[in-house]
Amino acid sequence: MSDLLQPLPRWIDVGVIPVLNVSMAMIVSSILLLVVGIEPVEAVTIMLHGAFGYDEGIGYTLYYATNFVFTGLAVAIAFHAGLFNIGGEGQAYIGGLGVGLAMLLLDSSMPAFLLLPIALIMAALFGGAWALIPAYLQAYRGSHIVITTIMFNFIASAIMVYLMVNVLIMPGQQSPQTREFAESAQLPFMHEVFAWFGVNISQSPLNLSIVWAVICCIGLWLFIWRSRWGYETRAVGFNEKAAVYGGINPKRVVLISMCISGALAGFVGFNEISGVHHRLILNFTAGYGFTGIAVSLMGRNHPVGIVLASLLFGMLYQGGAELAFEVPTVTREMVVAIQGFVILFSGALAYMSTPFLTRLYNRWK
Amino acid sequence: MNHSSQIVESAEQTVAEMSPPPAIELRNINKSFGAVQANRNVDLIVQAGTIHGIVGENGAGKSTLMSILYGFYEADEGSIQINGKPARINSSQAAIAAGIGMVHQHFMLVANFSVLENVMMGAEKGFLLKNSIGQARRKLRELSENYSLHVDPDALTDDLPVGQQQRVEILKALFRSAGILILDEPTGVLTPQETEQLFKILSSLRDEGVTIILITHKLREIMAITDNVSVMRDGEMVAHCQTAETSTAELAELMVGRKVSAATRSREQFLGDIRLKVENLSVAGSLGNKLLDDINLEVRSGEIVGIAGVSGNGQSELLEVLSGIRPLSQGQITINGQQFKAEDSYNAADMRELKVAHVPEDRHRTGMVTAMSAWESLILGYHHDSRYNKGILFDQAAIHEEAERLIKEFDVRPGDPEIKSANMSGGNQQKLILAREIDKSPEVLIVGQPTRGVDIGAIEFIHGQLNQLRQRGCAILMVSVELDEVLALSDRILVIFDGRIVAEVNGNEADTMTLGLMMANAHEPRSSQNLKGDA
Repeated sequence: MSDLLQPLPRWIDVGVIPVLNVSMAMIVSSILLLVVGIEPVEAVTIMLHGAFGYDEGIGYTLYYATNFVFTGLAVAIAFHAGLFNIGGEGQAYIGGLGVGLAMLLLDSSMPAFLLLPIALIMAALFGGAWALIPAYLQAYRGSHIVITTIMFNFIASAIMVYLMVNVLIMPGQQSPQTREFAESAQLPFMHEVFAWFGVNISQSPLNLSIVWAVICCIGLWLFIWRSRWGYETRAVGFNEKAAVYGGINPKRVVLISMCISGALAGFVGFNEISGVHHRLILNFTAGYGFTGIAVSLMGRNHPVGIVLASLLFGMLYQGGAELAFEVPTVTREMVVAIQGFVILFSGALAYMSTPFLTRLYNRWK
Repeated sequence: MNHSSQIVESAEQTVAEMSPPPAIELRNINKSFGAVQANRNVDLIVQAGTIHGIVGENGAGKSTLMSILYGFYEADEGSIQINGKPARINSSQAAIAAGIGMVHQHFMLVANFSVLENVMMGAEKGFLLKNSIGQARRKLRELSENYSLHVDPDALTDDLPVGQQQRVEILKALFRSAGILILDEPTGVLTPQETEQLFKILSSLRDEGVTIILITHKLREIMAITDNVSVMRDGEMVAHCQTAETSTAELAELMVGRKVSAATRSREQFLGDIRLKVENLSVAGSLGNKLLDDINLEVRSGEIVGIAGVSGNGQSELLEVLSGIRPLSQGQITINGQQFKAEDSYNAADMRELKVAHVPEDRHRTGMVTAMSAWESLILGYHHDSRYNKGILFDQAAIHEEAERLIKEFDVRPGDPEIKSANMSGGNQQKLILAREIDKSPEVLIVGQPTRGVDIGAIEFIHGQLNQLRQRGCAILMVSVELDEVLALSDRILVIFDGRIVAEVNGNEADTMTLGLMMANAHEPRSSQNLKGDA
C-alpha cells in the first residue's frame, strides 16, 4: 500500500539518503577492513588526510573531481531527457581522441590561444558525435539507448587500440602512445597558474580544465532550468505525451540532449589529454564514465549535487590511493572494492532505503 | 439477507429494536494527508437493502471515505461497523472478507481474459484450474439467474461493450459474496440507455437484499435511483436526506454551499466565417483499422460545435488530429485558409502558430507536465514565444508576472506560481490549462471534456469562459461525454459513433433521449421501434 504514503520531503531525499547510502558503504567497507585486521577509523583518517590534508592531496582530489563533474553532468542531462546514457566512458575516450588528433596535426603551426579552444571544441565534437549515433538509433530506429551506448563503449575501446597500436604510435616506440604535444598545446597546470601570481603550491595533475568544469556546471544549470530547450528536455523526460501536446519534437530533444551529454563526457578527454598526459595514450578514461552514473544519481542530477558527489568520489580515489600507499596490508584492489561499495550503495542501490524511510517518515510525522 | 444472528451483538445500536442493524455504520471518521484533512468527523449510516447515494464536488472527500471503507486507506480515527459488527478494514482483502465489493470507475478487468476468467481471478481454489473453472461456471450461472445479470461467460472481455464490462465488474463482486456494493461514478462511460439498464440491475439487486452505495456527481441519477443520499463538502458530511424529500436544487446548493445557476447558452448568434473545415478526414490505427472514417465538419467563428458520443468512438483521435498531435491518413483540414494533408508534416506547434488552442481531454497526461511548477505549466506550448524569452534564456520576470496575472484572473488556487502542478486539485489544473490556452485569444479552440472531474463551482466558471470566447468570435469544437454539457453549450451537435459522424442536430432541437439513441447508433426508424421503451 505504498501509494498511500506521503512522499519524502526534499531535504530527506537530497540530504539524508545520500549520507545514509555512503554510511552503509562505509559500514560494509569497515567489515572488510576489520577482516584483514585494519582499524576502520584509522583507515578513514588516512584517507581524509590523503585527500584533504595537504595541498598536493587536494590537487589530486580536485583533479579526479573535475573528471567526475564532466561525466556526472553528462549523465544528468541525458537523464533529464529520460535517457540513461551508459556510454560516458566511450564518449570520453573518443573526445580525447579528437583532442589528440587535432593537437598532433596543429601543434607545430598554431599558438596556445588558438590550440586550447580547438582542443576544447574537438573534445565536444568527437564526444558529441559518438553519442549522436546511439541517439539517432534511439530516436528514429527504436534501438534502446542503454544497449547501444554500452556497445559503443566497446567499439570506442577497440578503435582506440587499433589506432594507437597501428597508426598513431610514435615511431620506434614499444608502448602504444603518441609523441608529446608541443608546449603550446598543453593546458597549464594549476600549480603553474598559481606560480604566475607568485603563489607556490605542490605539483599535481590539477589543471585549468577545473575552471571549465565550473563553467559547465553553471551553463548546464542555466540550460536545464532557465532556457526553452532545457524546458523541452525536461518536458520530454517527465512526460513525452504532454511534450508532444506542447509542440515539442521528442526526437530532436533526444538528439540534442545526447549531443550535449556526449560533449560533456568528451571534456574528460580535454582534461586528461590536453591537461595531464599531453599525448594520446590508452585507457586514460579509467572508469570515469561509469563512475559518473553514480555521481549523477547521488547528486540527484543537479549540478550542485554533482559537484558535491564529485568531491566525495575524488576524495575516495585520492584518499584510497593514499591508503594503499600508507598501509601495506591494504592492497590497491581493496581500495577499488571500497570505491565499488560506495558506487554500489549510492548508484545501483541509491533508492534502496526509500521505502523504509518513507514508512518511517509517515509514522513519525 | 439474514441479519438475525448479528442483532444480538449490536445491543448499543440506537436503531429501533426490530429493524436490522445498518449495513454500514461509520462513526467519526478522520483522515489527513499531511496538512490536508480529507475527512473530518464523518458519520455515515447505510441501511441494509437500500441504495445510498453519496454526492459531493471533486475533492469533497467521497473517494477518500470509500477508500477507507474498502481498505485502501486506514482512518486516523473513527470506527467502522459492518452489519452491526465492529470491523477493522486495513486491506481490500479484509473488505472483501467483510462482504464489501467495489466497482471502480476504471474497470479492473484483464482485456484478453474471458468473462469467466475475469470473474474468478484471484478466487481460484486448489492447484488445478480445471476444478475451479467448473465451480465458477456453476456459481456464475446461478448469480446471473438470481440477479438477471446476463453475460456470456466465454466471451472475451475486450469484445464486450462497456455496459457489459460493468456487469462483469458487478458479477466479480457478487462472486466474492459481496452483500455491500460500492459503485464509483458508474455512469461516466455509459450512454443514457446503458445507464437506464444499470439502474434496472441496481434496483433488482436491492430487491434481492444487496446494499448499494452509489458515488456520483450527477444529481439526476441520485434522484432517479437512490433511497437515501448523503452530501459531502470539504471533507465533512453536510447532510443526510431521504431522496424523496429533497430536490436537485437543494442537493446542488448543499454540495457547493451556495446557490448554483445552471449553465445557459445565450441564444444570440455570433456566426462568422468558417474557421475550421475538415473534409473526408480518415485516420488509420496501427493495425490498419480506421479510427476516424471520412469525417466532414466545419466550425464557424462564434460557434460552439459539440461532439457527442460514448467515449472511445474516435473523439480522442479527432481532437489529436485537429490539434496537430496525430497525423491524418486521408482527407484534409483547413484552418483559416491553411490546408493540411496527409503528406504534410506538421505538429502541435504549427497549429498554435495558426492560433489554434487546445484544451486536451486528459489534463494529467497530456495537458501539463505535472512534475513541473505552475508557472512552467502555464507556458507549455508557448515556451518559444518571444514574450517569455530574453536572448537564449527565459525571461523569468516576465513569465512570473504573467503567471501571477493568469492565476489571479482565472482564480487558480493555491495562487502560488511555484507550486508543483501535481499538487493542485483537478479543477484548478483545468483552470490553469484554460488560462494558458484562452489567454492567447485563439481563433480556433479544440476542447476535450472541459469539465471532467471538475467541481460544480469550476464548471460554472469554465462554461462561462467558453461562452465568452464564443462571443468574441472564436470557433470552438468541443468533445464531451457529458450530454448535459453538450446540450447546454453547443450551437450544433455532431454525434460520433465508431469513428464516423452519424448525425447532426441543431443545439436548440436536441434532447438527451434522441442523442442517446444516436450515440448508440440506434436511431434508424426501424431499430428505434425495438427500443420503444427507451424513447
